[in-house]
Amino acid sequence: MAAILPQTDTAAVPGRVPFRLLWPTWLVIGAFLLLPVLVMAVYSFLTKEFRGGVIWQFSLAAYDQFFITRGLFGDEPAQIEWTYVTIFGRSIWQAFLATVICLVVGFPTAWFIATRPEKTRGLWLFMITIPYWVNLLIRTVSLKFLIRDNGPLNDALIGVGLIDSPMTLINTNGAVLLGLFYSYLPFMVLPIYAAVERYNFTLSEAAADLYASRWVILREIVVPVVRPGIVAGCILVFVPSLGAFLAPDLLGGAKTFMIGSLIEEQFKGTQGNWPFGSAVAMILMSLVLVVLVFYARAQSKRGRT
Amino acid sequence: MSKAIEIDGVSKRFGTFVALNDVSMSIGDNEFFTLLGPSGCGKTTLLRMIAGFEGTTQGSIRLFGQDIAALEPNLRPVNTVFQNYALFPHMSVIDNVAFGLKMKGMDLPARRKRAGEMLEMVHLQDFAQRMPAQLSGGQQQRVALARALAPAPKVLLLDEPLSALDLKLRQAMRVELKTLQETTGITFIFVTHDQEEALTMSDRIAVMSAGQVQQIGTAQDIYEAPVNRFVADFIGETNLLAVEVAAVSGDVAEVVLPGGHRLRCAAAGLGRGAQTLSIRPERIGIVQADGDLTVLVERVIYLGTDLQVITRAPGGGSLTVRMQNAARIAVPQPGAQVGLQFEEGAARLLAG
Repeated sequence: MAAILPQTDTAAVPGRVPFRLLWPTWLVIGAFLLLPVLVMAVYSFLTKEFRGGVIWQFSLAAYDQFFITRGLFGDEPAQIEWTYVTIFGRSIWQAFLATVICLVVGFPTAWFIATRPEKTRGLWLFMITIPYWVNLLIRTVSLKFLIRDNGPLNDALIGVGLIDSPMTLINTNGAVLLGLFYSYLPFMVLPIYAAVERYNFTLSEAAADLYASRWVILREIVVPVVRPGIVAGCILVFVPSLGAFLAPDLLGGAKTFMIGSLIEEQFKGTQGNWPFGSAVAMILMSLVLVVLVFYARAQSKRGRT
Repeated sequence: MSKAIEIDGVSKRFGTFVALNDVSMSIGDNEFFTLLGPSGCGKTTLLRMIAGFEGTTQGSIRLFGQDIAALEPNLRPVNTVFQNYALFPHMSVIDNVAFGLKMKGMDLPARRKRAGEMLEMVHLQDFAQRMPAQLSGGQQQRVALARALAPAPKVLLLDEPLSALDLKLRQAMRVELKTLQETTGITFIFVTHDQEEALTMSDRIAVMSAGQVQQIGTAQDIYEAPVNRFVADFIGETNLLAVEVAAVSGDVAEVVLPGGHRLRCAAAGLGRGAQTLSIRPERIGIVQADGDLTVLVERVIYLGTDLQVITRAPGGGSLTVRMQNAARIAVPQPGAQVGLQFEEGAARLLAG
């Protein structure tokens, strides 16, 4: 047996895999992550071709279009273009709100599941994931029908007597938020669940024993200890919410236009602008990376008393 | 002696399972009191009730005369050292120790000072800024102790705090704990399944089994005068011998040993008929001539300081004798017939 098994130094270290065994991982990361990003980066610096596509000629036109305006006919003095920055701002705000709502709803949900008897936990998790077996598009369209002016939600609210006339829900920021919340809730619940499941409840008892009230225990002990799960959940909700286009497309209106839709538009049909779409995607990615890097820095430098 | 804790007719049921059944005891101020019993005997449940983590199904618990049933754990002036320490993993050692003080509203300089003193007391002043994960088990144990003692509780509860430590450390910690209890004057309620631990440290011990208190007394009481089979068997080693009580006169019973020899021992309120006699292995001497009992030597086990001689009594029961490993003794050989002599007053008659 020993003759067949390759002997390497690194294999002797538990938990370490010899480098050459990692090549499938590198292949996947290279082919499906690094290469597409590279293609996107290159395309964002090319010249647009009408009817889609690109001309292989270096150009900063895409970035110029994003940040600077020279009037409708391009003959006025250069000014800062606010249109796309506003879309970014709105998207970040929407994604932030969606993350907060997911956290507020997801944390107690995850806590509830993690504190059930071990036998029923699997069932609860299963129930959380069931809706996600249906295609996201179909679920979002269904949501659209549920919340339209004469849809079941308004009918029910009027029927109960809570409101007199239908609320306008569709084509609002609220509707987009609802769509984002509904789409990404499990991404918040699952990592927090994993963290809470590992949480040692004796810590809460120890804190109570040392005169901490329930809220103080939650703030001083529980949240800091399950923090990695909360952070993972927030990133998993925030990042896709920021680039989402289904919910804003289907549930929102002209005033709720988000980055995802903006990018999508650049690659759709013959009206598109591939370099511009690539540039917007690059800017979005840089933004997300900067946020994550700052977060990681802040984490590692966290001072203690 | 004033009473720190009075437990009065406390029962606890989890569904149909009875964890504690009508338990009563009172624990004095400044006492080192141990709850001793096998796992599942209800000792930890009782401790958790005093701490406030479990409610009572019946009965009352009073702390210095005050009924604490309605108090949340964070409002009880007791602190706990948990079995696996339960140190807060995201806080440094000093923050762990200062946590209770912070919760009590002590300001930062004062609690730093107090926590520092506590760490000095457990010899960990140099580790104040470390995180719990960077400490060894014994050090973590000491942090847990310092943390629980920092708010100066009236009663300290210790839930098998030494069980995760290795033998040498455990023995050293026993002495340290006892010293700590004496110098601080705090009432310690110590839960353990280790009888040696209980015997070494405790002022008094409550032996528990199956949710009930079997006996409460000093180490000497429960070792020398166990009230029933369970206590005799659980505390140390003992030989249990089926005997016939032939006569009882006052406090003295006359029992018939297997083989016909008669022996006098304390009656312990038992009547005539079939009973159990308990005798510790170190209280039996091996004699060549007629003793109380003639037995067959089956096996001799060398234990260093002692020799353990396993013998078979005429009725078929097994009897173990411990003899000191001295140079002059004659070591019995397996297969030999020897006489056993019970030390005067060492045999106890037990119910059942």
